[in-house]
Amino acid sequence: MGWFNVEFVEFPKIRLERIVNSMKCRLNTGDLLAPQTKRVLAGLATLLICSIPLATNAQTQKEMWQTIQKQQRQIEVLQKAQKNTDKSVEATAAAVQEGSASSGWWNKTSLGGYGEVHYNGGDTDKVDIHRFVLNVNHQFSDSVRLYSEVEIEHGLAGDGEDKPGEVEMEQAWIEFDLSDEVKARAGVFILPVGILNETHEPPTFYGVERNNVEKNIIPSTWWEAGAGLSFGGSSGFLVDLALHSGLDVPNTGSSAFKIRKGRQKVAEATAREPAVTARLKYTGTPGLELASTVQYQYDITQADEGDTRSSATLIEVHGIYTHQISPSTSLSLRALYATWDIDGSAAKALGRDEQTGWYIEPSVKFNLGDTGDLGFYLRYSADDNTAGDAIDSEVRETVVGLNYWPHKHVVLKADYSVPAPPAGTARNDMFRAGVGFQF
Amino acid sequence: MKFLIESILFFRAPRNWRPVSSLLVFLLFSNTFCFIPVSSLAADKTYLSPKKFLKTVFKGDLPKPDVLWLDTQLRSVLKKITGNRYPGVRIRFWKKSNRTAWILEEIGKYEPITVGVVINNRKLELLKVLIYRESHGWEVRHPFFTNQFIGLGLTSQFGLSSSIDGISGATLSVNALKSIAAVALFLHDRALEVE
Repeated sequence: MGWFNVEFVEFPKIRLERIVNSMKCRLNTGDLLAPQTKRVLAGLATLLICSIPLATNAQTQKEMWQTIQKQQRQIEVLQKAQKNTDKSVEATAAAVQEGSASSGWWNKTSLGGYGEVHYNGGDTDKVDIHRFVLNVNHQFSDSVRLYSEVEIEHGLAGDGEDKPGEVEMEQAWIEFDLSDEVKARAGVFILPVGILNETHEPPTFYGVERNNVEKNIIPSTWWEAGAGLSFGGSSGFLVDLALHSGLDVPNTGSSAFKIRKGRQKVAEATAREPAVTARLKYTGTPGLELASTVQYQYDITQADEGDTRSSATLIEVHGIYTHQISPSTSLSLRALYATWDIDGSAAKALGRDEQTGWYIEPSVKFNLGDTGDLGFYLRYSADDNTAGDAIDSEVRETVVGLNYWPHKHVVLKADYSVPAPPAGTARNDMFRAGVGFQF
Repeated sequence: MKFLIESILFFRAPRNWRPVSSLLVFLLFSNTFCFIPVSSLAADKTYLSPKKFLKTVFKGDLPKPDVLWLDTQLRSVLKKITGNRYPGVRIRFWKKSNRTAWILEEIGKYEPITVGVVINNRKLELLKVLIYRESHGWEVRHPFFTNQFIGLGLTSQFGLSSSIDGISGATLSVNALKSIAAVALFLHDRALEVE
C-alpha cells in the first residue's frame, strides 16, 4: 500500500490533511486496484500535491504584494509627515535662536560697570568702597551709539567731612561710524592719554590703587566735553584728535597750578579756553602698544580778560608689551612718561611750570586652569608736581604685589607700598588689599 | 602752508574768537587726514557679510548647510570653553570633505562680535571678524592680529594649541576671539563624527 508523505505549507493545512487522509484511505484499498492504476493514481496525486504549494504560493505572493503596496503607502504618508515635522522643528529652532519677543529698546541697550573696595593700612588705616560705576550704552542704529558712565566714589556723597564721596557723570557721548576706519564722537568723553585714563576697570591693571604718576600728572581719570575723531587702519596705527573743554587750575593757594586740581569734570565748567589733544597709537604687533599724546591749552587758568594767562603743553609717551612665553605664562612690561610745561611767571615762581612723572612695571601672570589666574608685579614710580625748581620734591614709590583672578572679571589684590617721599615728609609704608570686579 | 594758516588762526585770534578758531583748526586739521562725504554717515560696522564670507570661502560653490543640535554633552564642553551657557539650540555649519565653515558670535565687552571661521583637517585655516560692535579694541579685526590663529589646533583640554599675544585695551575682545576659535575647532570634530 502506498501512501504519500509530502511536506505541506501550513496554509491551507486542514484541507490538505483531509486530501491526504482521503488519499490514504483510497490507496489503502490496495488489492482492489491494479498496480498500473495505482501508479496513475499516484502520479495524479503527486501532481495534485505539488500543485497545492504552487497554488498556495501564488495566493501568498498576491497577499504579500498587497501588503507591500499598503506599506508603501504608509511610508509615503510618514515621509510627508516627517517633512512637516522637520519644517516645524526648523521654525521652532529659528524662533528660539533669534528670540520670539518683539524687538524694542531693550535689545539695543546694554548695562555694564565695575567697582572696587580697598583697604589701606599703614598710618592711613582705612577701608573704602572707592568706586562703583554703571555704564549704560545704547545702539541707536548700526552706526550711531551712546556710551555713558556714572560713578559713585567713596560710598557717600554730600556735604560734610563724613560724606567724602562724589557722584560724577564721567561719560555721555555719541559715537558715529563714518566709515570702516573713521569714527567721530561728541559729548563728554575720556581723553585719549595715558594707559589707565581710558582703561581702568580693576581686573585690567595691577595695584590696589592706581599709580601716582597717572593720578597726579596725567591726571587720571580725566574727562572733558567736546568732539573728536579717530582714524584706525590695518597698518596698526590709530590717530585720535579731540577739541574739548580745558583745565581750570587755581592760580593761588597751596594747590596753585597743580594739574589735578584743574579738572572741572564738566560741572558747569568754565569754557573760555578750550584745549586740543592728539594721540598716535601703534598696536600693529600683537602684544605691543606704543603711544604718544600731545595736548595744548592756551590758558589753563581760564583767566579773565586782561589777567595773566598760562598756556600749558602736556607730552605723554608709553609702551606696553605682553608676551605669552608658554600657554600658561605671560610676561608683561609697562612704562610711561608724562610731563607738563606751563608758561607764565606765576607757575614758574612756584616751581610748577614743570610737572613730571614716570613709572616702570614688569609683571608675570600664570594661568592656573579652572582655578583662575595669578599675577605678580613690581612697580617703581617717580612724580613731581614742582619739578621746575631746584628743591627735591620728587615722590618715589616702590610697590610689590599680586593680583588673583578667580574669574576673568573678578580680581583680588594685595600689595605693599614703600614710598620714598622728599626730605622732611613722613614716610607711610602700607599694606593694601582690595577686591574689584567688572561686568 | 595749511598748517601755518591753522596756527595763525588759533594763536592770533582775538580772545573771544578763539573758540571759533579752535573749531576751525580742528576741522581743517582733521581734513588733512580724511575727506568725509555726507553719504558715508550711515556706514555700518559689517566688514564682510556672513553670506559673502561663505561664498568667498567656498569659491562660489556653497554647500547646503548642516546643523549640529546642542545636546547636553556638547553644551557642557561649550560652557567649559566660553565660560557661559551657549545660547541657541543648534549651530549651522557648511561642510565640504574635511573642511567646515562656521559663523559664530561671542560677547566682547558689551556687544557680540560676529566671526567667520574655517577649519580644515582639524586645523584653523581662516578666522575673520565679520561684524564688530564695540567702541574700543577694533584692532582685533585686522590680519596682524587674526593671522596668529592660522594653523592652530585644539588641545585635549579644549584650549588652543598655541598661545595668542593680545592687544592692550582689547583683552575682552581678544578673549572672545580665542573662545570662538576653540569652539569652531571642537565643533568641527563633532560635525565630522556625526557624518
